[in-house]
Amino acid sequence: MEKKTLVLGVIGSDVHAVGNKILDYSLTNAGFNVVNIGVLSPQEDFINAAIETNADAILVSSLYGHGEIDCRGMREKCDEAGLKDILLYVGGNIVVGKQDWEEVEARFKAMGFDRVYPPGTSVDTAIRDLKEDLGLE
Amino acid sequence: MNCYIFIDFGSTYTKVTLVDKDKEEIVATAKSYTTVQTDVMIGYQKALEELFSKVEGEVNIVKKLACSSAAGGLKMIAIGLVPELTAEAAKRAALGAGARVINTYSHFLNKGEVLEIKNSIADMILLAGGTDGGNTECILHNARMLAEYGISVPIVVAGNKSCNDEIAEIFDGRVEYYITENVMPTLNNINVEPARETIRSIFMRKIVHARGMKNIEKEISGILMPTPAAVLKAAETLALGTKNEDGIGDLAVVDIGGATTDVHSIGEGAPSKPGVFLRGLEEPLAKRTVEGDLGMRYSSISVYEAAGKRMMKKYLNIEEYDLEAEFRKRYENTSFVAEDEKDIVFDEAMAKVCADISMKRHAGVVEAIYSPLGTMYSQTGKDLMELPYVIGTGGVIVNSRNPKAILEATKFTMDDPTSLKPRNPKFLIDKRYILSAMGLLSTLDADMAVRMLKKYIVKCEDNHLLVKNQGKCL
Repeated sequence: MEKKTLVLGVIGSDVHAVGNKILDYSLTNAGFNVVNIGVLSPQEDFINAAIETNADAILVSSLYGHGEIDCRGMREKCDEAGLKDILLYVGGNIVVGKQDWEEVEARFKAMGFDRVYPPGTSVDTAIRDLKEDLGLE
Repeated sequence: MNCYIFIDFGSTYTKVTLVDKDKEEIVATAKSYTTVQTDVMIGYQKALEELFSKVEGEVNIVKKLACSSAAGGLKMIAIGLVPELTAEAAKRAALGAGARVINTYSHFLNKGEVLEIKNSIADMILLAGGTDGGNTECILHNARMLAEYGISVPIVVAGNKSCNDEIAEIFDGRVEYYITENVMPTLNNINVEPARETIRSIFMRKIVHARGMKNIEKEISGILMPTPAAVLKAAETLALGTKNEDGIGDLAVVDIGGATTDVHSIGEGAPSKPGVFLRGLEEPLAKRTVEGDLGMRYSSISVYEAAGKRMMKKYLNIEEYDLEAEFRKRYENTSFVAEDEKDIVFDEAMAKVCADISMKRHAGVVEAIYSPLGTMYSQTGKDLMELPYVIGTGGVIVNSRNPKAILEATKFTMDDPTSLKPRNPKFLIDKRYILSAMGLLSTLDADMAVRMLKKYIVKCEDNHLLVKNQGKCL
């Protein structure tokens, strides 16, 4: 089976590097080709990386609460860049404060994200979803 | 004595340097106008005559090597996928090979763009796109377009390796092509050396057959590389040293010419302060940038456009000059030599502007990011803050009464607080104009090149004074 390529990074002015490394390690171990663009990454860097590497999915992390602002318009930019129907995942502390999760998930899905993960999600959940969405199992 | 002759076919002058192989000394240098319009041999012979008139005793020439930027130098077009990624990596590879990049294209080429490429004056094309195993459609499309339109200049293919076989099929029998390693094998990591070497070897075999250069082939052992590549090679040799000779560490070379200003920097350029994150495409260890709008004569009008009155005021008492007329005078008469005091001062101010802007464009920038975790910094490009040496070359610096004052303009100032320009470097001058010759020498004997560069640039008398009087103008 050909390895699927994922673009991984922490969006916006967020410098949480540890979780990013853990995700990189776990996803690589799970058999994915991980292109990690690291912390402090604007939307454009995710998209440019996905174009050059012909990625199958973009995984966005945000830990500092401003994810909602940082992620806005990302699906539209992907469409514009020719990444039609690329998988978009987002996870972490993606909103400010404690909010009702169902509402948050609905908001991010309306923004065009395929999967939205609350704080404390195990990486195994994301791996399982990726395999399902990419038709690997 | 046993000697090497190094020749630099420049756009204006053909410069020859005679080096004593055993004593490791420069015996003599000479120059004459480059005669590429008719036969480059004429100017070369003239320079040689002058050279040998300065030398006494028997001279046994062991080898003659040359570099060339005659007839506009090596002109290239870079093609990639994303402008900030493979297109930028391709551009950097071409610049590092000593080329003048006349245009950069990205994404799928359209008919108009391919026609533009076909009708351009480019000597060579560098085709990139996609990381290894990454995007394939773009580079294949672009290869098909280039083949369809019958591009006649050599094409260096340095893209996604998965496409190489298919590209070979597309190009076979239609286009002259050379396949080499990807300029960006994985995201944000560049690999410019193989592409540079390929470009250089094509240059050596093909470009030197150009108009007016034919007869020179029999006379000398080879035109090895474009002149800027030789300068970059010399800088690299001096900075890094060899297995047997110590280098002097990180440095930058500022070369202010008539048409362009080149900046070469050797060094990783990693953040010099803690808490700074690197962003964007990796920087090559040996990096060259060329500013086509900054030059003392051919580009003087655009220097004015880039600097404006405000910046000129920083380096010149502008009340005394009709600025526009001065810039125009130099543009219209490119062989103008500043002789009276007023013109000399003006030329020096211009050189300072070139040094200032070219270093600003070469060096990286740091950006403050205000996050919930406090202020963070992200760096794009090279951090040259702690750079130990800046070497000046090019006519206006070498012949200046006050070369150090010109190089001072490359330093960090609070005018550009986010720029990572060198803060307190030592200034050295390439007084005898030997950088390109030493770049050629390093291909024969790198140890000797390091020793001679140290002798003539680092330890030379004038520079010693310069270093000693750091902080004060001579």
